[in-house]
Amino acid sequence: MREERTTMISLRRLGKSFGAARILDGVDLDVPAGQRVALIGSNGAGKTTLFRCLLGEYIHEGSVLIDGRDPRCDRTGVLRLVGFVPQIAPRLEMPVAALMRYVADVSGTGLAEMGAVAERLRLDLDAIRGRSFVRLSGGMKQKLLIVLALGRPTRLLLLDEPAANLDPAARAAFFEILAERARDTTMLVSSHRIDEIAALVNRVVELERGRVVLDDTVADAGALGSRFVVALETAGPEPSFARAALEWGLAEGLANHWTGTIAGPDRLRFLGFVARHAGLVRQIHVDEATDCHERRAHAGTAVP
Amino acid sequence: MRAPVTDPGLHEPVRGAFWTGVSATFRLEIAEAFRARWYAVYAFVFFALVGLLLVFGLTESRVLGFTGLSRTLVTYIQLATAILPIFILITTVRSLAGDREAGVFEYVLGLPVGIGAWYAGRFLGRFCLAAAPVVSALFVAVAYGTVRGAAVPWIELGFDIGLLLVLVLAFVGLGFLISTLCRSVDTAQTVAFLVWLALVLALDLVLLGALIRARMSLEGVVAIAMFNPLQVFRTGSMLLFDPQLVLLGPTAYAVFDLFGRTGFMIWSFAYPALLGLAAACAGYLIFRRDDLP
Repeated sequence: MREERTTMISLRRLGKSFGAARILDGVDLDVPAGQRVALIGSNGAGKTTLFRCLLGEYIHEGSVLIDGRDPRCDRTGVLRLVGFVPQIAPRLEMPVAALMRYVADVSGTGLAEMGAVAERLRLDLDAIRGRSFVRLSGGMKQKLLIVLALGRPTRLLLLDEPAANLDPAARAAFFEILAERARDTTMLVSSHRIDEIAALVNRVVELERGRVVLDDTVADAGALGSRFVVALETAGPEPSFARAALEWGLAEGLANHWTGTIAGPDRLRFLGFVARHAGLVRQIHVDEATDCHERRAHAGTAVP
Repeated sequence: MRAPVTDPGLHEPVRGAFWTGVSATFRLEIAEAFRARWYAVYAFVFFALVGLLLVFGLTESRVLGFTGLSRTLVTYIQLATAILPIFILITTVRSLAGDREAGVFEYVLGLPVGIGAWYAGRFLGRFCLAAAPVVSALFVAVAYGTVRGAAVPWIELGFDIGLLLVLVLAFVGLGFLISTLCRSVDTAQTVAFLVWLALVLALDLVLLGALIRARMSLEGVVAIAMFNPLQVFRTGSMLLFDPQLVLLGPTAYAVFDLFGRTGFMIWSFAYPALLGLAAACAGYLIFRRDDLP
């Protein structure tokens, strides 16, 4: 019988240099199974290099173990556990259908799960199946990479700025999917800014010049999977505000009232949108959603 | 619908994972090439070449003693010697080194496919892609010649196709080795061009010049020629139509003394094939022990 492991990622004295440049400098890190970790740091801090070491793509000093196995020595075994979304979409020339078939074949999974994730992200696979991946828009590429990572059974998700190019609706669906998998899946989410991903994670690790300079837990009310009911009133009609509000999924009611729900992890981003229209907004209510709230919000009724 | 959750079978070893990886990568390579402009140009060149040769060559005229389809085949082979190696080298290194620069390696090698399976799949894919238009164009020539009532030299045609296939194999293998050693497209292209240039310079005419000027030993010159895949291909293909190698002149004596006719035919198949496979294997060994992206 297989022994249950509690540590998904174990890094010991992980080091990596390119010529004279020391990119990772003795990183020690343990990530228990099921934990969601934000990996933050400025450009050149070593985040991408760390991801590549985890994917078994770099020769390095020290040791990297995923679920007790070395990703360099046992590539297929380890990488079957891993779903990876890169920050910059690769320039893949092949048609989308061929790429999806490839990922399904090497992962030993079917296309049905990918189709289900695509549907939730509102990515019309039928429309892009025959198109070259590199010709898709930035948002479509990002959605497709998420589909390929989340549309198969994995235990570890390595997400490099995964939601940067997504529209609010797709972001909300993406957070929902992550929330559904949160119990069984370990996540390592990379970003330059903690406010972008704080609500996705329960631990923050900051890298600076290849070293861990911060390792802390996160307690956040806007947890993964939560939703907030929003009701706001504007001083008058404003087309640019209306377009953005519709993108956020808000519905216009009577007398410049707008209502709707937003994903919990997106609330800081939403407040940023409101702040940009501060001169227009008369009042705003943001409440953590209950079923009752959501029904009323969808019915277009203001929440008291 | 809920997103897929953890599959308990994730920890089970996958049977046939290597061959699944090879075949999936092979199919992907083919699918990608069929969308690429370089492949359309590559295929067009060989079909256009055969078309022109048929229009202007399938006549009763005699060139170097050959007529009809034999003449077309001889000319086609001579032209293939000139353009096939450089075409294969440049497109192979551009594709592989370009993929590395474009982040394709980072993404694709982050998927659960073994390095060996991925490399083998790409190599097979490249080989088939490079060989398909060259061989297909020959079959078009034969079909056209048959319709026009020309006699088809079947044995020579079969050997010709075999020689073309091992030539393709040799240069695809060299392309893979160069792509592994050079991490940027620019460097890889430059090295590929220099390799091709060196091989062209070592063809028999240049070697004869060197022999005369530097008073090199005959054995040395013949050895250089016999390890040059371009020269081996040229001599081998010529041997099919000209068993005494009259066209080669005195060099033929050295070839026959060293190998004999059958021996040289075996060499002309075995050497390029082994060179291509050895270069590809060396490329793989270097690739797997280094940083992948």
